[in-house]
Amino acid sequence: MNRDKAALKYHGKTQLDRAYELASRHVANVFVSVRADQTLDPTRAQRPMIVDSVAAEGPIAGIRSAFAAHPKVAWLVLACDLPYLSDDALDYLLRRRDAAAFATAYRSAHDGLPEPLCAIWESSAAETLADYQAGGGHCPRKFLIRHGARLLELQDTRALENVNTPEEYRQAIATLDKAPMQLKIQYYALMREQAGRSEETLETSASTPAGLYQELAARYGFTLSRDQLKVAVNSEFSDWSRKLNVGDAVVFIPPVAGG
Amino acid sequence: MHFRFTERAIDTESARRELQTSSAGGYVSFEGWVRDLNEGQEVTRLEYEAFQELAVKEGDRIVAEARRRFPVKLALCIHRVGSLELGDMAVWVGVSSVHRGEAFDACRFIIDEVKHRVPIWKKEHYRSGDSGWVNCERCAAAPQHSHMEPEHAEPELAERHHDRVAVSNPK
Repeated sequence: MNRDKAALKYHGKTQLDRAYELASRHVANVFVSVRADQTLDPTRAQRPMIVDSVAAEGPIAGIRSAFAAHPKVAWLVLACDLPYLSDDALDYLLRRRDAAAFATAYRSAHDGLPEPLCAIWESSAAETLADYQAGGGHCPRKFLIRHGARLLELQDTRALENVNTPEEYRQAIATLDKAPMQLKIQYYALMREQAGRSEETLETSASTPAGLYQELAARYGFTLSRDQLKVAVNSEFSDWSRKLNVGDAVVFIPPVAGG
Repeated sequence: MHFRFTERAIDTESARRELQTSSAGGYVSFEGWVRDLNEGQEVTRLEYEAFQELAVKEGDRIVAEARRRFPVKLALCIHRVGSLELGDMAVWVGVSSVHRGEAFDACRFIIDEVKHRVPIWKKEHYRSGDSGWVNCERCAAAPQHSHMEPEHAEPELAERHHDRVAVSNPK
């Protein structure tokens, strides 16, 4: 596809903005990785950037430049052409992070190989990655195969589908433009006070209570972590990974204190 | 229905009558009261709030479990919601049975399970002017703390009433 995939729009929003907002709900700081000639590009210029400081072709330049900019932190690396990527998929990845490995990555649904561009890259990988490139390597995927990554199975096999052709773009729009699901949420006790309301009906693209909590915790700044809560769907206790349906009533249950 | 809420003072006399049956030789009840001190803070009043739809289901399940585990005749739990003053009764549990032993056991089981499982929350108002949701505010500062077993993690939080057990017609 002869277009900048980060600038493709879904729901009237560029994929770069969607990826940026998605990542912002899960990590402390988000940067857009750019080549030196992209710093004025209107799709990217509004965001904090890390400009390539390492001479290399393709994503390995971005990953190495991020390590160079902030050597002590681990990086959640996300490609800007993954329109189906969800809060649930990122949450799953982050919760299963293996900080002792060079990276934690999903296994591709197509070929079983690591997906380097929706993965957590640990700072410990920086030096070996530099050596790999110095030795003529240029493919982050091959790097992860050679040096080992903690691999996870995709819960939603479509989450990492990327968009390469106009037909795939049309398909993604058709899928994503379906009206987001309407849910009813009720809040009690501390969470009612923090949300500033006792109930609301909202539209969400979260498909499970876990994803929904992530979204609402970011919106309202809930102080309770998910581990401290239970959740009810349609007035019955529920799994966090249950598939939500249109019209479901969801209640997050803070630590109880009856009696 | 073996579990219910009330927004008014719990009428223990009429609740007790619901448990009377000629086959029962013993009756045990428990009352939980609003106490003036918790965790070193002077409490002036409490507010109870519940997710009633689910709470009634879970409360009914607890009483049904008690009746399966212990050979009791009848059992009932009533929980207050709304604003309560010091000394007010927040919860009442009553059990009748052929002999006293199973009535004590079932009563204890019901109140313990209700405290841990039923979606009810209480906010304490302190003399200092401060207030806080019990089991929530301190937890928030220590997220590794799970509310699944609050009595193990913070024993002081589990009990905040003068607990009184009344027995009549023991055999």
